[in-house]
Amino acid sequence: MVTSTRVEPAGPATAQWPAMLAPGAQLGEVMTSEAMLRRFLSGLPGVDQVGTELRAGALSTRSIKSDAKLWALDMAVRMVDLTTLEGADTDGKVMSLCAKARRPDPANPSVPAVAAVCVYPDLVAVAKNGLAGSTVQVAAVATAFPSGRAGRQVKLADVRWALEAGADEIDMVIDRGAFLSGRYSMVLDEIRAVREVCGAAHLKVILETGELETYDNVKRAAWLAMLGGADFVKTSTGKVSPAATLPVALVMLEAVRDFHEVTGRRVGVKVAGGIRKAKDALRYLVAVNETVGEAWLDPSGFRFGASSLLNDLLMQWTKQQTHCYARPDDFSQE
Amino acid sequence: MSDERIGVRKTYKLAVGGQFLRSESGRTYVVPDSSGGFLANAALASRKDVRDAVVAARTAYRGWAGTTAYNRGQVLYRVAEMLEDRYLQFGEAVSAGEGSNEVKSRANVTMAIDRLVWYAGWADKMAQVAGSANPVASPYFNFSIPQPVGVVGVVAPQRSSLLGLISVLAPVIVTGNTAVVLASEERPLAAITLAEVLATSDLPAGVVNMLTGRITEVVPVLAAHRDVDALDLCGVPADLAAGIEETAAGSVKRVLRSRGAEPDWSEPPTPRRMLSFVEIKTVWHPIGV
Repeated sequence: MVTSTRVEPAGPATAQWPAMLAPGAQLGEVMTSEAMLRRFLSGLPGVDQVGTELRAGALSTRSIKSDAKLWALDMAVRMVDLTTLEGADTDGKVMSLCAKARRPDPANPSVPAVAAVCVYPDLVAVAKNGLAGSTVQVAAVATAFPSGRAGRQVKLADVRWALEAGADEIDMVIDRGAFLSGRYSMVLDEIRAVREVCGAAHLKVILETGELETYDNVKRAAWLAMLGGADFVKTSTGKVSPAATLPVALVMLEAVRDFHEVTGRRVGVKVAGGIRKAKDALRYLVAVNETVGEAWLDPSGFRFGASSLLNDLLMQWTKQQTHCYARPDDFSQE
Repeated sequence: MSDERIGVRKTYKLAVGGQFLRSESGRTYVVPDSSGGFLANAALASRKDVRDAVVAARTAYRGWAGTTAYNRGQVLYRVAEMLEDRYLQFGEAVSAGEGSNEVKSRANVTMAIDRLVWYAGWADKMAQVAGSANPVASPYFNFSIPQPVGVVGVVAPQRSSLLGLISVLAPVIVTGNTAVVLASEERPLAAITLAEVLATSDLPAGVVNMLTGRITEVVPVLAAHRDVDALDLCGVPADLAAGIEETAAGSVKRVLRSRGAEPDWSEPPTPRRMLSFVEIKTVWHPIGV
């Protein structure tokens, strides 16, 4: 008998997985009890930390030039959730952010609008007004963002309030305290409760990976969010360091790929916090393409939560078209 | 078997943002000595190195322009102290590059040090000399003061590798500008050694970024870069100058034009170079009640 020594490309190692993870398996049963849920999450194959970081390092050395770069810059701009989450936010600041979201570079009409504007719930109405008639969505961070330290009723009221003001997308935070102390079903219940309140609105679940300590936890939290009905899993609030990193995004993308494999449902990934350079954004796009494939290279599959990133994308865009390096002052700062 | 020692050949690096880096492109070129033999390798800067240097200079600008004039003078004086310390090493670098004899090279180094001290002294005197209180026919106190222009691209003189370099670099930074310098193409060693001195003096990282490479490759990028506010084209050959000035006009840069032949650097300096890289700001301040 001939045995092949060829190593299969890294993919979902479904053969070694718990039976409940076979393609088409009914995942509903894992949510029936705390014990089942724990068994399921701890049964997920572990993340190879060294391998993941090595892979992320290798992916970030890809060189993207000329036409491909312009394509990627265009895609990255369309994936931006232009964000302002400061205590000092004012109506005026949000309005100017909306203007920028609709038309990122007034001097260059070929630059598309961004995906969404992301604000606190009390500024949703202002953003909605500023974006009226455009394709740009309004995202609100709710559920006692960023710490998530509030009662369930308060969190749900927060979400309702944002939705009533007209939010199209809700960015919720998970209860990291409950997650880290192993009360998975509590986290799951909360996500499902928010999901229910959201109705048709787009739900992004923030894992706050900077507080989850290990890649295994990131993977479990991502699964938990997807089981709970998230449309997107999001790395961070941007208030905790480290925020988004490429290896963390890779782990989440792999979870998303595996979830799609099992359930057929497509969940997106949003990276947020600390992504300031176009080069970083392009690295994430490479990771998306290599992990989940081209289908996710769309604002419905991947997003960047950022503010200063947009200007760097515009500077690179200008450089690509005029062949002169741009100056930061050429673009509005907010 | 020979007892002859194998020499260690140095590859000089670029100085960008307080760090010594190889060119992003990985390229180097051979620096000849005055008779055409091998002297050392130097990094061959690419357009991306220019871009990185401008970012470093822009980052350093706010801090450097914000220090007091007195403090900038002290920092420059400190650089002169450090040069004085390394006087012999610089004498050798100048001899090797320019082919001058020991006596002449050392005189050249002393002159360079004195030039630096001369400019250091100007730091807190610029405002008095170039600034003014202007009489106006309304109840305002009206005054004008010189302000740095920002990031200045400096093409160092091609022949005088140390004295010439200091004579163009010191007037740029003393008023609070930050600089991206392209060292002499054929004689860059004194410049990089100077960067090594600057890195260990009190000059904040990024105030002086030293590149080595080809004028034809580096200067057009510098001229087109919209985040460079001014250019000193001292070392640019006459036949290239017009094209570069045209490119620089695209972003309305201040340009100190190349005069073709290199000036005699031993002539006593004037404040002209400093004044080329300041912007006069006039303030109207209401007086009375």
